[in-house]
Amino acid sequence: MAILLESDSLSKHPSSVPKRRSLSLSNILFWCAVVAIVIFCLAPILWQVLTSFKVNEDIAAIPNIYFPTRLTLDHYIELFARRPFGRYILNSAFVSLTSTIACLIIGTPAAYALARSRPRGSYLIQLGILFVTLFPSILLLQGLLEIVQVLNLGNNYLALILPYTAMNLPLTILVMRSFFVQLPRDLEDAARVDGYNTWQMLVQILTPLTLPALVTTGILTFIAAWNEFIFALTFITEETMKTIPVASAQLGGSSVFEIPYGAIAAATVVGTTPLVILVLLFQKQIVQGLTSGAVKG
Amino acid sequence: MVKSIQAQEQRTGLYLLLPALAVLLLVFAYPIGRSLWLGLFAQNLGTELQPVFIGLNNYIRIFGDGHFWQTFWITIRFTVLSVTLELLLGLGVALVLNQTFRGRSVVRTIAILPWALPTALIALGWTWIFNDQYGIANDILLRLGFISTGINWLGEAFTATLALIVADVWKTMPFISILLLAGLQSIPQDLYEAYAMEGASPWQSFWRITLPLLMPQIVIAVLFRFAQAFGIFDLMQVMTGGGPGGSTEVVALYIYANAMRYLDFGYASALIVVTFLLLVCVIALCSFVVSRSRQSSI
Repeated sequence: MAILLESDSLSKHPSSVPKRRSLSLSNILFWCAVVAIVIFCLAPILWQVLTSFKVNEDIAAIPNIYFPTRLTLDHYIELFARRPFGRYILNSAFVSLTSTIACLIIGTPAAYALARSRPRGSYLIQLGILFVTLFPSILLLQGLLEIVQVLNLGNNYLALILPYTAMNLPLTILVMRSFFVQLPRDLEDAARVDGYNTWQMLVQILTPLTLPALVTTGILTFIAAWNEFIFALTFITEETMKTIPVASAQLGGSSVFEIPYGAIAAATVVGTTPLVILVLLFQKQIVQGLTSGAVKG
Repeated sequence: MVKSIQAQEQRTGLYLLLPALAVLLLVFAYPIGRSLWLGLFAQNLGTELQPVFIGLNNYIRIFGDGHFWQTFWITIRFTVLSVTLELLLGLGVALVLNQTFRGRSVVRTIAILPWALPTALIALGWTWIFNDQYGIANDILLRLGFISTGINWLGEAFTATLALIVADVWKTMPFISILLLAGLQSIPQDLYEAYAMEGASPWQSFWRITLPLLMPQIVIAVLFRFAQAFGIFDLMQVMTGGGPGGSTEVVALYIYANAMRYLDFGYASALIVVTFLLLVCVIALCSFVVSRSRQSSI
């Protein structure tokens, strides 16, 4: 702990001459901690990747074989050739993308309204929005199931898109609101003088400016929608319409004693790869969105 | 004139808000309101799925429902253990990531990766790691000599809970460390320097500056995580299905079973209401602590 605080001062003063890190005990401990974090976060993922490329004999070897003796694509071929995993990915992508777009289209004007025109009850609305971010899905399941049945939305992607949009609205509204609050008002005043109404102004002038914030919240929404499980499990029963987390969780062999470990590992790799890519590309935005959504809210 | 412009702007604001409010009311308010109402009825296979008004009988039944309270304590135990561990580890990770070192941005990216991945898929991964025959957890422990025979991780109550906590901590610790890292970065450096000038050790300044100023973020992170962990479903559904022998059956699984398997809609509604109220109490308590710590930190 001691070193952490000591060298902390360096991070805030890049201009000051950095002290040279000596090969002290505290320094060694620090690097051990860094290595431990990396191993802790990556090892479970890498183990899935390794498993997914192993032949079945290697997977079921005792004691364990860590690195595959020969590489195979069999498990991936099984997913895509003998099971509709290509379709599952498309399903997940479609549902996640649609709800992300819907969330941004509905959430951005609401955020703007809360930041600027502040209709009566804004404060209460904001409190309510904060409050629902803490709702676990299980509390909504039964009521939503009724809505789905009444509207005849079973095995219809709308049954997922609607709740996914709603679940991500609070974060979108909070993040976008904090962004709008920071924008200087002059721009809007000038636009009004030029005869823009609120909607035109929002679409033509403010949206281009808010693009970074839209990307941030969009990515968080996409991740949350891709990862959702309980609604996807309950509202979609048609085999070809399932999303990838549900389809992967239901992977089974021809008998109880024959669990397709390799295929399951390959499925987790397939289902997580798009998100890994998103994290690699948008690490900064994700961190920004999470902190401004939770802390400023 | 000014007033009418203002009024008009307020009305436009309301229009802009309406679609979002409508969606939020439909997806959040309706189900909770519906459960409040349906909780007063018996609607199950016994009543041929027709609602029959029974007043507070469902709630009386909950009181005496040992099964529910068992799942309740299992959930509390899981939540408290997971969130505590996550907080301690998350704080450690945040302190490390707050340093300048070569490769920091790479490590930061790696450290948020688990958070982004689907819980259901993560659960499959950990099920494989904790597999009793071919799992790598047993293999590593055997090679290191900590155990002499493989542990049936997901087959025993204690070890299954342990495995679930490990998986949950792995997945959600990054969330806490991101929030705490942001908090650490907002602490003015002058404070440390002034305090160090007075001869305080880094250990002391951690307790006197870092921790108190980090308190709002800590409470917020704990609040979010508590609510999430309390309603957790997918991890148990995939890894243990609530087993062995119901030892990892959390409240969400119990509600799900009542609504979806036993089709006991009235009782499931009452369970939802009770869980909701218990959660609201905890949230209110936390919000109170947050607002107090915010005041004191200003």
